[in-house]
Amino acid sequence: MPLAPAPRTLFDKIWEPHVVMQRDDGQSLLYVDRHLVQDGSAPAFEMLRQRGLGVRRADLAFATPDHYVPTGSRRLADIADGEKRAMAQALQDDSAAAGIRFFGLDDERQGIVHVVGPEQGLSLPGAVIVCGDSHTATHGALGALAFGIGASEVAHVLATQTLWQRKPRTLRVVIDGRLPAGVSAKDIILGVIAKVGAGGGTGHVIEYAGEAIRALSMEGRMTVCNMSIEAGARAGLVAPDDTTFAWLAGRPHAPRGPTWDAALARWRGLPTDDGAVFDHEVRLNAADIAPMVTWGNSPEDALPITGRVPDPADAPSAERRDALQRTLAYMGLQPGQPLTALSVDRVFIGSCTNGRIEDLRSAAAVARGRRVAEGVEAWVVPGSGLVKRQAETEGLDAVFRAAGFQWRHAGCSMCLGTNGDQVAAGQRCASTSNRNFVGRQGPGSRTHLMSPAMAAAAAVTGRLADVRDLPSTR
Amino acid sequence: MQAFRQLEAVAAPLARANIDTDQIVPALYLQKPRSDNFGHYLFHDVRHDARGERRPDFVLNAAVYAEARILVAGRNFGCGSSREHAVWALHDGGFRAVIAPSFGDIFHSNALKNGLLPVRLPESVVDDLLAALLAAPGTRLRVDLEAQVVTGPQGRAEPFVTDPFARHCLLEGLDEIDYTLTQEARIEDFERHRAID
Repeated sequence: MPLAPAPRTLFDKIWEPHVVMQRDDGQSLLYVDRHLVQDGSAPAFEMLRQRGLGVRRADLAFATPDHYVPTGSRRLADIADGEKRAMAQALQDDSAAAGIRFFGLDDERQGIVHVVGPEQGLSLPGAVIVCGDSHTATHGALGALAFGIGASEVAHVLATQTLWQRKPRTLRVVIDGRLPAGVSAKDIILGVIAKVGAGGGTGHVIEYAGEAIRALSMEGRMTVCNMSIEAGARAGLVAPDDTTFAWLAGRPHAPRGPTWDAALARWRGLPTDDGAVFDHEVRLNAADIAPMVTWGNSPEDALPITGRVPDPADAPSAERRDALQRTLAYMGLQPGQPLTALSVDRVFIGSCTNGRIEDLRSAAAVARGRRVAEGVEAWVVPGSGLVKRQAETEGLDAVFRAAGFQWRHAGCSMCLGTNGDQVAAGQRCASTSNRNFVGRQGPGSRTHLMSPAMAAAAAVTGRLADVRDLPSTR
Repeated sequence: MQAFRQLEAVAAPLARANIDTDQIVPALYLQKPRSDNFGHYLFHDVRHDARGERRPDFVLNAAVYAEARILVAGRNFGCGSSREHAVWALHDGGFRAVIAPSFGDIFHSNALKNGLLPVRLPESVVDDLLAALLAAPGTRLRVDLEAQVVTGPQGRAEPFVTDPFARHCLLEGLDEIDYTLTQEARIEDFERHRAID
């Protein structure tokens, strides 16, 4: 009787069929199914030109500008800084020269590349997807192995459609049970990062599993996978299931007809087999997760909104105490201050983490019938032109505008401010983005990460607030 | 790529964990062409105060580290954004090796492709090195990629491991794309078989 095949993880089932060749030293040449390209890619195209190399498989690449585009208009000419404008222009020119499909500012399908890829059905289960951006893990929500790469690797993929990789280790993060009311995907991932640390997933691919993950929508799964890099992991995965397939069916680049049926049969075999072994496993109980906010300059500095600013006096070491003091000084915080006592100047709802339709719906549910607090400037930046249109169809833009939010065009915007959308020095910002690093939203900016509903709550109260205290007015 | 074999140089101590690539080079400079000297942007916002003056309390501003070519830092160095500019900034700022207990995966990979050697040493060893460097600013370290050894101030030899392929490329100054293109037949073969599947 033949031996039963060893149980395999979802990751194994994607990795193995993509290995073109393996070297004796353990490096694998991995084939890339989908290369997503954004407007930070000019240096990679320049590397190709310097070597006199062309793009090997333009048909497998796809480009849209997001980092440098204006969100106040759809005109490239409105990017005041010539060098920034040149980055967005370069993507258009390089894509045209190579024959890469391109969604520009005049196309409603333009948006943040990690919103657009899934939305267009370009990101599919079982695929290997790369992009020169660390938040590429987002696409893992569809059951794809997706990871961010640097400019040299972008050039390597453009030239060869492959990448040299050492097989990463695997970490399974299981979220048991059901999320309490007012708690969302963003709170899950901030809770995970707080638990494993900003480097806890380094060298690993994370598979998110458990009842609470299964219960998430695709948008929620994308939020969770998106921030895998904030735990150090290059990729995050969720096993594809009926939620995935229902969401994907009929998307422009998803397979159709008999091809869809064949793909579906393959995809149903992707989830991790019973008994498959992970290198590490972490478990959290959904019932223990509360609405989270970050207080410091690393995404691991996250606490429930009911918490208080840590006291350096309690630090376990001198090095940690110094680091805490530096962080509190930068963030303008006092030890022991309740987080709900912190007033905000800016609110940013958007980004590849939380710029999807469900995110806008949950923020609008809090904003509806309320007003942005005096002195607060609050922005909503949809993740793509299609998200924007959908929100407008549902009347969400009217809800936000009536509440005093600015309703803008799609792009990365204030997540990192490369297009000039910045938080001023010393300003405190409630943000649905992914990084609270020193200077991330602009030199001297003070970022607190949270969910869209929590950011809307901050906007209407003028301070960090517990969304559970603000019932929907509808 | 510039080859890396061995290096003896002043090492600068940056005793902080989780130094992200936004700190190493702020987003404000990502649109600059590679022909720029990214050393000017290295740690720009932590190195300067709001008025643009150099902060005396930031270690790399000390005159003794003007010629530093090795950086010793806390765990998870280079976490966050995939920007290769962070490696370019360190490289253009004169650094050829970074020693830390751990690195962000993408930074680590980017460094190897630009002749900047990331050296992983156990946290206790890095802590000792940091203490020695802080006690005697200007201390020199020796990093030998051929032997895969860091030699500390008291002559203590600390072994490290670099991926064999990356080590070979660094020692010879080889370009990875050129190497992969020699394997093009296997890529074509792979594509043909997949098309049939």
